Amino acid sequence: MAAETQSVTAPGQTKENAILVADNVVRTFGGLRAVDVEHFEIERGKITALIGPNGAGKTTFFNLLTGFDKPDTGAWTFNGESLSGVAPYRVARKGMVRTFQLTKVLSRLTVIENMRLGATGQRGEKLLSSVFAPLWRDQERSNTKRAEDLLERFKLDAKRDDFAGSLSGGQRKLLEMARALMVDPELIMLDEPMAGVNPALKQSLLGHVKSLRDEGRTVLFVEHDMDMVRDISDWVVVMAQGKIVAEGPPDDVMADPAVVDAYLGAHHDTELSFEDEAKIVAEAEAEIEAEIAETEEQS
Amino acid sequence: MNWLDVLSGAVEQALGPQAMIYCLAAIGLNIHFGYTGLLNFGQAAFMMVGGYAVGALVQTWEQNLWLSILVGLLAAVLLALVLGVPTLRLRADYLAIATIAAAEAVRQVLGAASLNDQFGGQDGRFGFADDMKSLNPIEPGGVHFGPIDFRSYDFFIMIVGWSLALLLCGVIFLMMRSPWGRVLKGIREDEDAVRSLGKNVYFYKMQSLILGGVIGAAAGIMSGLATDNVAPSDFATDTTFFVYTVLLIGGAARVFGPVAGAVIFWFFLNGLDLFFDKATHDNLIPDWIMTSDQASLMRLIVLGLVLMLLMIYRPQGIFGDRRELAIDGR
Ligand SMILES: Nc1ncnc2c1ncn2[C@@H]1O[C@H](COP(=O)(O)OP(=O)(O)OP(=O)(O)O)[C@@H](O)[C@H]1O
Ligand SMILES: [Mg+2]
Repeated sequence: MAAETQSVTAPGQTKENAILVADNVVRTFGGLRAVDVEHFEIERGKITALIGPNGAGKTTFFNLLTGFDKPDTGAWTFNGESLSGVAPYRVARKGMVRTFQLTKVLSRLTVIENMRLGATGQRGEKLLSSVFAPLWRDQERSNTKRAEDLLERFKLDAKRDDFAGSLSGGQRKLLEMARALMVDPELIMLDEPMAGVNPALKQSLLGHVKSLRDEGRTVLFVEHDMDMVRDISDWVVVMAQGKIVAEGPPDDVMADPAVVDAYLGAHHDTELSFEDEAKIVAEAEAEIEAEIAETEEQS
Repeated sequence: MNWLDVLSGAVEQALGPQAMIYCLAAIGLNIHFGYTGLLNFGQAAFMMVGGYAVGALVQTWEQNLWLSILVGLLAAVLLALVLGVPTLRLRADYLAIATIAAAEAVRQVLGAASLNDQFGGQDGRFGFADDMKSLNPIEPGGVHFGPIDFRSYDFFIMIVGWSLALLLCGVIFLMMRSPWGRVLKGIREDEDAVRSLGKNVYFYKMQSLILGGVIGAAAGIMSGLATDNVAPSDFATDTTFFVYTVLLIGGAARVFGPVAGAVIFWFFLNGLDLFFDKATHDNLIPDWIMTSDQASLMRLIVLGLVLMLLMIYRPQGIFGDRRELAIDGR
């Protein structure tokens, strides 16, 4: 069978229950094909990691999928609904919420106000009802409660009433993630959520990300820290030079020669140690041998 | 003239119709610039559209004053749509360019000689406020508080205008404390972040532009009613910059910033004028430094200097929050 001969880490695999399906998404900047994705699916209820060297096109791909940037060609659906050309705010309302690699906290709003802004369907956000507090006060109270719970979860409860602009870089990452959760997204797309977060907190955050999955949410995240990727992701997608070059379960992907190429070929900019490299190369060789043996067996 | 007259003259201006008009215009601009971060450099156009709708409808087309006021406010909605629809989706600077150009265009058109019959050219429209004057309950002799005098109709206009300003401050206080106001402030900080949370940024910016523009038109209408005249020179570009000055003195994104700013601005603008006038006449400042003819220019020079110092040492305005300042640098 064709599927059997296909490597376990071939790019563009179909998923049993895909929440997002994208086809032929291309975005060029001048002569540069920043994103050139033939086929891409995200499995519902799983944690998918998107990795790749700097400049691979991960952030650009995020921007395209969430409507913040327009592709040259391509179409994609979320829960079966087409999202091509849909405005970013509508994408978010449909349940697909992203964070930014360069954090966008609202500096001159307090942390709690940043959080409250994330809540959807607020009655008080209508011009006419804004003046009449009784119309929205109850809802505001329950949103605040939810916001406080999230802040506690992200260890930001002490900063509740500070201006978000006074937060440190790592705290901003945390606030942005917590704020995205206020939208109650089905699919949350995190662009390097752990960059600059201290190791101890990182560990507990990993737990939170896993608990998002347990709540039934789907997570797509970009990350350069391979240990973290291996630790929490169910599925890993590798991008290099705009293309998806491999995808599969973490261990298989990290053993894939295409991945080794992507990271060690042109770009020596990841945090792999020598031991890691040696291990990956060894694993890759073992896998290739296994594949050869497998194809021989079949024929 | 003695020194008390200098002081009382300054106070009269600080509370007078001019200050009230600039206060109203700044309240509108505060919604744009202070809360939403919209760079509207054409607040004078909103004022002019309002004022001229009333002046022309009543004088040229002999319509009812109160109906004309309503039309004047609606005209501001229209202007906001014309300016906003093409530019609010683009980067912030486009609105700035569009409004500054629109303000000049509106002034050139309404002041054009070829539209003399409709809008009265450079003389503008006048004699349209009779219905307003007939409502004036203040005794004809005017009012006097010690050395401070106001003419009867001026005082009436002040009461109406300042009441409107305080009412608007109250409404804006409620609005900006609400989730709606939070979205506006979020847009001011980073509109992409607000988009990513599912808010229709364009729609909110439009609401903000319309609301602030309508309040600007109200300022223009009050200006017309106060002097019973609207003329192109009332709505030149420096009007917009004076409104910005008023807003920045009081502190942007402060509910009472425009009120405080307008009072302080007009106190000093007129106070300095009277001061230098008296000082040169009394030879406190000798002729070889400055003659009394030159004195009238001093107020703008000193005011500019004060504004510079304010921006350097207190950029958040007099009532701004010191904590916010620490953040701006990042
Ligand atoms: N607005 C833009 N104009 C021109 N080129 C761009 C633009 N945005 C991205 N690029 C280019 O597209 C490529 C992909 O960039 P992108 O930010 O998507 O990479 P990334 O995978 O997110 O990298 P990193 O891991 O460093 O965040 C890069 O070569 C970048 O220079
Ligand atoms: Mg990136």
